[in-house]
Amino acid sequence: MPQASSTVKPPRDVFSGTATPASTKRSGRRVYVVAGGVTKFAKAHPDMDFRLMCKKAFDQARSEVPNLRLNDIDGSRISYFSDHFSRQLKASSMVLDYLGLNPRGSVRIEWGGATGGECFQAAWEAIASGRMDTCLAIGYETMSRVQTWKGNEFIALASDVNYDFPLGGFYSGYYALMVVRHIYEYVRRTKFANIKDEREAQKKAFEYAGRVMAMVSVKNHRNAMFNPYAQYPKNLNVEDVLKSEMVSYPLPREDICTMSDGAAATILCSEEKAKELTEDPILVKGVGCGTDTMRLADRPFGKVLLMPHEKASDYAQLEYPGVHSFRAGRAASIEAYNHAGITNPNKDLSFVELHDAYASSEIQTYEDMGLCRYGEGYGFVERGDPFLKGFDYGMKLPNAGATPVNPSGGLIACGHPVGATGLMQAVMAFWQLQHKVGERFGSEKLQVPNAKRGAIHSHAGTGSAVTVSILERVKP
Amino acid sequence: MKGATVMKGSSTSKRPLKKSAKFTEVQETLLKEGAAIYVDKKGVESLYIDFPYHVNYVHSYAQDSPFFLGLAEGKLRGTRCEPCKYTWATPRTHCQFCGEPTKWVELPLQGKVHSWTTCHYGSEAFLKETPYNLVIVEFEGANSVLLSRLKACTEEQIYVGMPIVAKFASEPKYLITDVWFEPAPGALKG
Repeated sequence: MPQASSTVKPPRDVFSGTATPASTKRSGRRVYVVAGGVTKFAKAHPDMDFRLMCKKAFDQARSEVPNLRLNDIDGSRISYFSDHFSRQLKASSMVLDYLGLNPRGSVRIEWGGATGGECFQAAWEAIASGRMDTCLAIGYETMSRVQTWKGNEFIALASDVNYDFPLGGFYSGYYALMVVRHIYEYVRRTKFANIKDEREAQKKAFEYAGRVMAMVSVKNHRNAMFNPYAQYPKNLNVEDVLKSEMVSYPLPREDICTMSDGAAATILCSEEKAKELTEDPILVKGVGCGTDTMRLADRPFGKVLLMPHEKASDYAQLEYPGVHSFRAGRAASIEAYNHAGITNPNKDLSFVELHDAYASSEIQTYEDMGLCRYGEGYGFVERGDPFLKGFDYGMKLPNAGATPVNPSGGLIACGHPVGATGLMQAVMAFWQLQHKVGERFGSEKLQVPNAKRGAIHSHAGTGSAVTVSILERVKP
Repeated sequence: MKGATVMKGSSTSKRPLKKSAKFTEVQETLLKEGAAIYVDKKGVESLYIDFPYHVNYVHSYAQDSPFFLGLAEGKLRGTRCEPCKYTWATPRTHCQFCGEPTKWVELPLQGKVHSWTTCHYGSEAFLKETPYNLVIVEFEGANSVLLSRLKACTEEQIYVGMPIVAKFASEPKYLITDVWFEPAPGALKG
């Protein structure tokens, strides 16, 4: 009979000093989001180049703060992921001059899939430090410029080109490898622990996990039906997802986001400036960023980074992060929660917009963000916690509305124009917290009732970098 | 580097450009004719041109060279940090934990499936090889793992924990694909 896997345990003390994220050592000025704008995310925008897309997103943001003159903007932070997609180096400069932001200061941010989230935090730093009073964070990507499989190659160049890329150069494959181990750790070894035959137990675990991942895809595609900015709103059910063609086992097409064109912008201000511009500024209550090794293969098998509501004994047997969890996401969450004074994310957050490039990584991220314990991500979905309350998903979901995740539709259904994505999340969270989803989307369906505090989560290749930012409504 | 930037658009300008309301058709036309017009629902025309890019990089494996030279000799080389007692199955020439130089060690040529997937698609360069299996390999005595291809077995046969053995290309291309894994003798019978 086949035997289960067992990795050699390293001496635990080698991890000391690598596992402690930055905590409460922060000062600086309070920073507010005062405006946001996005283009619709689309397969292509043939009539708009990257400059015009950014202009549209920027103008929409400016329309929210009519008293802000162009000259009042002290500078900007701008993000796009790939020079390969742009085929125009230093493209940021062309955006800035198109928007009329010369000669003010700016810098381009590139941090893989977390590019947009990092751009948001770079703008936060510009204000918090006192360097600027008003800073634009703007980002875009134009992925339609190559065909889909070439685009996959460009993205895969963000994996180690010596050791990883030549094996297939395929990010869906990397995420499939990670979730296969996740399913092994958390489903085969728990729910199906009593089945002795390894192959049979693993098959059952994959079937079960595949259905739960499909539930996430259904949630995000159906949410997007009420988001006019989303690329792929679809009225799917679990069977539709499972029947879609297999891309990289166990991830079928509908569990995976697509390539997109789009831009997004937010305007951040100091407290004094924010009060001049809007009656409803949204406070950036906390920021966090974590990193991990580029190669999956280099991730250690050590101890979990704990949150205040967890104990070391919860994870006595767990080798962490291995290839199954995103330590960078955990580190980013802990830093952001500490900064924002959050002790129990489930209670303290009204909603989360997280980086669901794959339905699998949405489930892995619930655990990294402490929305549930490691290993409980699948049950979290089955109970309905991340679904919206009073929304038709065609499923029984007793806990729906507990912690809505990706009310916008997430990357899976909104699309993923990389440099814009993390900023799109910021705009979605901004509108949620201003209680303006109805006004912006033409429907109240996706408005989380009484939204008070939200988290946005941006994630780079296989979890090599993650940002988490906490936004909070201050208006009573 | 040759032909780094070639714009083909204008060479076909004497013939009327093909117009299409389908983006995929525009992409196909470009590859053949170098230029095309996309027409949107409102009748707005956007001119597309083909804009190729090709580079031959002069790429050194530098400090990782012993690993790739080892593959050509049928050896799998990892690295070890003695102070940390940590063996890297994917070599790092400096330790991630203490920063000291590591030393080269030979890894066993058999291991187990730590995780796996079957890719039915891939990026453009690998589409013709689909479906192919990726595997993360764990080795007795090593603390980290190695990403590789898994051959000579199908999606239905693979499981986490399956014993596998390393195989090497008889004609090395000096790529990570010079090594791959196959099920150990008897592993498929289980």
